[in-house]
Amino acid sequence: MTPMKITYYPGCSLENTAVDYAASIAGITPLLDLELEEITDWNCCGATAAHSINHELALALPARNLMTAQKMGRDVVAPCALCFNRLKVAEKALKNPEGNPLGLSYQGAIKIWDLLDYLTQETYLQVLSQKVVKPLKGLKAVGYYGCVVARPPDITDKKDYENPQNMERLLTVLGATPLDWSYKTDCCGAGLALSRPDIIDTLTQRLYERALAAGAECFVVSCQMCQANLDLTQERISKKFGKHYDLPVLYFTELIGLALGHPQVKEWLAKHLVNPLPLLQKKGLI
Amino acid sequence: MPKTTDNTLRPSFTLAEKLAQGNLSASACYQCKKCSSGCPLTFAMDLLPHQVIHLSLLGQEEKVLTSSTIWVCSACETCTTRCPNGIDIAGVLDWLKEEALKRGISVAQPEVATFHRYFLESIKAGGGRVAEATLVRRFTLFKLRRKFDINELKENMKLGWQLMKRGRMRLLGSHAPKGQAEIKEILKLIKS
Repeated sequence: MTPMKITYYPGCSLENTAVDYAASIAGITPLLDLELEEITDWNCCGATAAHSINHELALALPARNLMTAQKMGRDVVAPCALCFNRLKVAEKALKNPEGNPLGLSYQGAIKIWDLLDYLTQETYLQVLSQKVVKPLKGLKAVGYYGCVVARPPDITDKKDYENPQNMERLLTVLGATPLDWSYKTDCCGAGLALSRPDIIDTLTQRLYERALAAGAECFVVSCQMCQANLDLTQERISKKFGKHYDLPVLYFTELIGLALGHPQVKEWLAKHLVNPLPLLQKKGLI
Repeated sequence: MPKTTDNTLRPSFTLAEKLAQGNLSASACYQCKKCSSGCPLTFAMDLLPHQVIHLSLLGQEEKVLTSSTIWVCSACETCTTRCPNGIDIAGVLDWLKEEALKRGISVAQPEVATFHRYFLESIKAGGGRVAEATLVRRFTLFKLRRKFDINELKENMKLGWQLMKRGRMRLLGSHAPKGQAEIKEILKLIKS
């Protein structure tokens, strides 16, 4: 089968703290006959910093990426929640019928996707269900979506922004047990991770507690900022609150790799700070 | 008439007018408090989100521009999503942050403001992409100069080492994109 080609916007952290996410994406997409082509010469979207203190820059940076993607002619996928959100902000601004502030000519014929949404389209779920060689039996997980991948819906064009279900659908296809909880789109405060770590300790500890109360053994995430915030801080938060938390934070792409029998899954998982191997070994999955 | 130095008695209505110009019309607010009810950060705020909107409309510039609230907002967009009157509340808070910096106001959360500034400068230094390791190093030094906390330093160095061992922290920075002339033009918007 000829692979389906799609434009890819990895974003800065997939070259840095989220190399595990990047590697798992590069690992699983060929299994789904999907070929990713990076936006030529892409730049940073400006992230929280730009939209907080420099609104002109916050539009100009993603607009440049979008104009290049338009030339490439295919839909765009972004694995990072904020990169996705900023591309959508630029799209709305450039498509404004009253004229866009940058004077760029954007036709809007391409669609911008976040990676989870793209890979949980009905066709991909069907392909996945046929390709699962190791069902993730007995793995009890809560899906954690992150904030700006869904909100605000006027920007993201999402319909189920308060209670998204596609991560749960995916986990079911992979044979895992997704658990219901009320915090799947609540904020972990990642943007304040360095400037106000005390704040994220409070927010993140609450997520650990709610996940445990739901009966979860791990988190499944689709945002690398959520991953870093839940994974890197777990030891510190355990110390601070005097309670040992041991909740691995897995990317949905890593679980796809695991269920589809990708040979490099262990290499991806070895990059996590909260070691997922004991849990996966206990379940006989690795 | 006795003279007063209380600025609450000298409202400045330019703020509400400016918000309206920026398509952030806050005047539709009827104080239902849905924004504050759903906000996950209220425990760290000095003003609640609905109070920021109300005070802005009352012309209480100084109160909102010097508040911690505008900086500890994590931009999770819950308020904007749920506002029954379609007010982009998180957008208003962003606008207020930028305005506070433009006016040179002494901000209530210098760590947060500095982090944002360093982040943008690191995009510039990286020629269009963020070099996370450089940014973290620079911000850590800034925090140490403000308050030397040996335990925090030890924790951070340990974490940095753990990330480096796993290849999650690249010391040499990111690959700069090649379209330099075009990107430089955009990066001129970042004033160091």
